[in-house]
Amino acid sequence: MAIWLWDDGEEAGPLAESLAMREEDGARRMALSGRIDTQAAAALWARLMAEARKPGAPLLIDLAGVEAVDTTGATLLLTAQSAAQGSRIEGASPGVVAVLDRVRDALAAPRPAVVARRFAPLSGLGRRVVGALNGGVEALAFLGETLVVALGTLIRPGRLRVRELLRHLDEAGTRAFGLAALLGALLGVILAFQSAIPLRQFGAEIFVPSLVGISLLRELGPLMAGVVLAGRTGSAYAAELGTMTVNEEVAALRIMGIDPMALLVLPRVLAGVLVMPVLSLLLTLAGLAGMALIMQLLGFQLNTVAQQLVNFVSLKDLLGGLFKASVFGLAIAIIGCRAGMGAGRGPRAVGDAATSAVVGGIVAIVVLDGIFAVLFERLGL
Amino acid sequence: MSEALDDKAPGPDAPAVIEARDLTARFGTNTLFRNVTFDVRRGEVFVILGGSGCGKSTLLKLMIGLVPPAEGKVAVLGTDVWSTEGASRLDLLKRIGVMWQQGALFGSQTLLENVEMPLAEHTTLPPEARREVARAKLGLVGLSAAADQLPSEISGGMLKRAGIARALALDPPILFLDEPSAGLDPVTSAGLDALIRDLSRSLGTTFVVVTHELASILAIGDRCIMLDKGAKGMIAEGDPRELRDHSTHPTVQAFFLRKAA
Repeated sequence: MAIWLWDDGEEAGPLAESLAMREEDGARRMALSGRIDTQAAAALWARLMAEARKPGAPLLIDLAGVEAVDTTGATLLLTAQSAAQGSRIEGASPGVVAVLDRVRDALAAPRPAVVARRFAPLSGLGRRVVGALNGGVEALAFLGETLVVALGTLIRPGRLRVRELLRHLDEAGTRAFGLAALLGALLGVILAFQSAIPLRQFGAEIFVPSLVGISLLRELGPLMAGVVLAGRTGSAYAAELGTMTVNEEVAALRIMGIDPMALLVLPRVLAGVLVMPVLSLLLTLAGLAGMALIMQLLGFQLNTVAQQLVNFVSLKDLLGGLFKASVFGLAIAIIGCRAGMGAGRGPRAVGDAATSAVVGGIVAIVVLDGIFAVLFERLGL
Repeated sequence: MSEALDDKAPGPDAPAVIEARDLTARFGTNTLFRNVTFDVRRGEVFVILGGSGCGKSTLLKLMIGLVPPAEGKVAVLGTDVWSTEGASRLDLLKRIGVMWQQGALFGSQTLLENVEMPLAEHTTLPPEARREVARAKLGLVGLSAAADQLPSEISGGMLKRAGIARALALDPPILFLDEPSAGLDPVTSAGLDALIRDLSRSLGTTFVVVTHELASILAIGDRCIMLDKGAKGMIAEGDPRELRDHSTHPTVQAFFLRKAA
């Protein structure tokens, strides 16, 4: 093994060979020579510690033949010394003594206090529950703050950063059109195919357009658009605002007397609310087109499909779906912005914020969808 | 212990551990500096100084192989940084340590784990030995008590010291420090300077320090070179105290006497 140190390119031999043990005046003398650097210490560690832990005569670590040690070598020597009762180090050159002294001080410095272990699963569960409750309260406060800022903007429309709003409408909306159309078309194709199989048994394939139409307009259109928005935009909001929070840009805005809620949050939330109905409508229309294609393949004329849709689907279904989409957009944008603005410190903070934005966004739209289902049923919509 | 050691800087006969020859750095058509030539001697604290934007950090990156020179060569411990690759490059990288301007510690790991990482990667030390060695390195920079903390939980000065501890993990013969005292309070900064000086004298480590902190330059520098943005190159070389007292170059004078240009 080649050994180098501080270096001038010199190499010393394997240090394991330069460790010699002998009994002397009732003590065990361990004579080391050469250079004890990191690689040598790694090679020697197990053997030296085994010698140090042997019971019996005190250990005498003879460093007369040692040219130099680095801090890792010194850690080994001092750890061995402290492991062997009554042992001592001798014969070290001034340079070696200097390194040993420095490392001795370093090892003697107070270490972190060992925290008494609690019952981890229980305390962990408690922490999570309290964290979730606090998170809920903070999210509610954030929603309130956003609404207050939005009301303030209604009174003073000049406060709204239109350019920012347009940028977010573009990023959250127009750039997601392709994805929404593709998902919608595929969804329409899959739904039509899968529903046609059981309906064929009853000769009721003609009802496929009404089934797919109702599903897309009332449920799947807004829901899938919500998933697209949460994945694309909610995470982007959290990452962007999270990075700004970590870099203290948000704090800088506050200190400059600029309300970050008005500058950063409001345009994003408005964009979320405004683009979602459009995304949902696009996804639904693409889905209906996909369904129509399958119906044609099954031998139905387009006008038959259209007639069937008109008979079963009303404007109420469409408007209800679009309203739901807007509420989903509000929830996703609020959750994304809140995750970013509440990001912690360090590089993990941004990743954590993006993850919680996506997970929170998707969970929120599913919960809201359930609430809407009950509400619409009660209201007879 | 220090009294047993020679506290003097290595003499001119000390061998060069870094040889930079006619280095030129260029970004696009913009030349940052040209024809920079110097030697760094073994065991000295070598300071690269100059005003903001003169290319100090670029010169450091050029020496550690992160930025390629437009022209010229740089050899570290006898190895040409830009012509070596594979195992010999890895061997060279194990023999240098770098403290980055912001510490560059891994945020998901405690300070102890940060320092342990190079030991786990490049040595055969058993795990308990690694932990003990890592604790010793943190102790060297006065961070024993913070060993179990995350980088996000400590101050800027502690981050820099932890960066030095990690750079020291493999006891490299050369340590590169990028702006070690920038943004620190004078007391922390002076403590860091004392640490650099002590490690240099007691361990014989060569330090290459990029800084524009005047107090640090005078406290730790054995020799220095000064880069200048206007001259696009090196305008002075020597003992920083002598440069302060005897240089007739107006930019050097302005720098040391803190005069506005």
